[in-house]
Amino acid sequence: MISAPEPSTQFHTDADRTTADEPRRAAVRKALGNYKVARGKTESAFTSWEHARDAAAAIKYEGVNHLDKYLREFEEKFTARGGKVFWASNSAQAREYILGLARERGVKSIVKSKAMTSEEIHLNDALEKEGYAVVESDLGEFIQQLMHEPPYHFVFPCMHLKREEISALFERELGSAKTDSPEELTMIARRFMRRHYIDADMGISGGNFIVAETGMISITENEGNARLTTALPKIHVALIGIEKMVPKLADLALLLPMLATAGTGQHLTCYNSMYGGPRQPGELDGPEEFHVVLLDNHRTRLLADPEQRDALHCIRCGACLNVCPIFKNIGGHAYGTTYQGPIGSVITPHFRGLQDWKHLSGASSLCGACTEACPVKIDIHHHLLHNRRNAVQEQKVWWERLIWFGYVELMKRPWAFKIAMRLAPLGQKLHALVLGTRLDPVGAWTKTRAFPQAAAQSFHDYWQERKAARK
Amino acid sequence: MNGDRAALLARVTEALRVPAPLHHEKPSKPATHSVTAPFREWLPPVGASPAEQVALFAKQSEVLRTEFLECPSPEAAAQHLGKLAQGHGWKRLAMHRGRLADTVAASLPGSLELLRIDGGYEKNALEACDAGLTECESLVAQTGSVCVTARSSGGRALSVLPPHHIVIASRGQMVPDLAAAYEHLAGKYGATYPSFISFISGPSRTGDIERILVLGAHGPKKLTVLLMP
Repeated sequence: MISAPEPSTQFHTDADRTTADEPRRAAVRKALGNYKVARGKTESAFTSWEHARDAAAAIKYEGVNHLDKYLREFEEKFTARGGKVFWASNSAQAREYILGLARERGVKSIVKSKAMTSEEIHLNDALEKEGYAVVESDLGEFIQQLMHEPPYHFVFPCMHLKREEISALFERELGSAKTDSPEELTMIARRFMRRHYIDADMGISGGNFIVAETGMISITENEGNARLTTALPKIHVALIGIEKMVPKLADLALLLPMLATAGTGQHLTCYNSMYGGPRQPGELDGPEEFHVVLLDNHRTRLLADPEQRDALHCIRCGACLNVCPIFKNIGGHAYGTTYQGPIGSVITPHFRGLQDWKHLSGASSLCGACTEACPVKIDIHHHLLHNRRNAVQEQKVWWERLIWFGYVELMKRPWAFKIAMRLAPLGQKLHALVLGTRLDPVGAWTKTRAFPQAAAQSFHDYWQERKAARK
Repeated sequence: MNGDRAALLARVTEALRVPAPLHHEKPSKPATHSVTAPFREWLPPVGASPAEQVALFAKQSEVLRTEFLECPSPEAAAQHLGKLAQGHGWKRLAMHRGRLADTVAASLPGSLELLRIDGGYEKNALEACDAGLTECESLVAQTGSVCVTARSSGGRALSVLPPHHIVIASRGQMVPDLAAAYEHLAGKYGATYPSFISFISGPSRTGDIERILVLGAHGPKKLTVLLMP
């Protein structure tokens, strides 16, 4: 058995490979260029996008900073309408509950709409291992499921694939005819999925917002697959992170248009649906049971860090990925995380261990495009710096400390500094001997960049010389 | 069984002991409405008069590829549906009972078979229908959206399972924005909201393949909104 590589090794290997894949990068760049244009247009229709951001941040701040109160309120309202709430501290508890439910109710087939939380807890693997057929109904997720690959981007799961690849995949997996029309490919998936909505006895969804005031969850989608998943099967299970809280139903009047604008550049996503309980008396359809699984899975660890707590405001619009120069070049898979891009680099170390995932904080140019694009004003790029600082404070690196110690001692003594400057050109001559070999002490730098030339004369010496000449 | 409730809530409370700094400005204007919304004025502008709102809804419909038509009477609406039925070769139309829906249904051509789902329905039968006709709660001018609920629009599936969704609305149902749509729902239902509320903005769509827009991903391929006086 081959053991999995360290996350940072995997990251560096994958990033090197994906960055060299020029055609793929061009395709991603083109898609994200179109996003930028669409978003700019929609954003400018707002009377004031900047004020709207403040208002949106205020709503999420209130929800997250009084989370205990609002979770209780949600539970009370939701259960009063016949819903069931399950509180899961970790992924094992969430998986066990959903599996137990499927076993108890004699479920045979399960249809799923997009839920990043289910990627997070590896729900499909667990269900399939127990013999349940699970079908992803979102087109992008369905394609990724057939590819046996995780999503590339948490909003656009298969943005890295070209139509020829998808056509070949469908030919192989579904026996459909070859086509180069995205429309025809979509229709193949549509026809395939229809049966599943009707036959499935359990529908699993995620959720974009939890509404405390009315005991509802809200789901945003374009395709209608979540609506079908939550309308036809007799059991509906929604798996949702506790941080998705908003206090009032009317808060969605702001957050839904902002999610759409920042996420895809639409004024409003095609379907924004709020679900408050299973089928109620007097209603003619809908599931008999509605279970909401509230997932912690280390979110409380992030909550306990006031400095970075606002990272829990995230509404998963994906805007920070779309504008990130790193994401554009290395792509989504290199991160090796459920949540990719800048926000993923901020939250993953909290969810899965700082020392194992601290390298993601370095995968940033600190340009701040992510922070600027964020509709709920998360201080993303500063949090990357905070993670770097925390990682070093938590576990000091001996050779880094040694270098800093030497540097400080050197800088305190002008005479030593002067000698070091004189020796630099000589040192560089010696460096040339090991350049490109494993002995190169700055190999990480010189592998992709030229090392700057030390000047033959220091600025200090030059200044003294000039002064002397003037006299 | 509700899982790790006590432990999870205790962790949340413990985590929140130290307050977090603000990264945003406090909203500068006080709330002007009872249910909403200190933020209303930051969203895209909407005209105050009904005529402006209908015009904006029509403009947004065009962007969303919704077919939007003002009909002077139920007969005119039925006539348009007759044309659609003929043009697309519809055989069966699913619908629910309702004041507006019934007046239109009364003038539909007899050749069109109607599936009334108020007493329940067989999933396969509904799936086999060519179109689904529903009423709605409100029409949202700002975004060109139709607000449907389980109570007002024939449950959850009628407006999403058949390939063509037809909405019958009256002019009085036009509201300026989402905030107003929520106010209307709060006023109408109080604490007993329907179990399903949805804002529908255009026919079902996807951009998952090369970010190219395709209509009719899993839900309706077409959306028609008929507005009566």
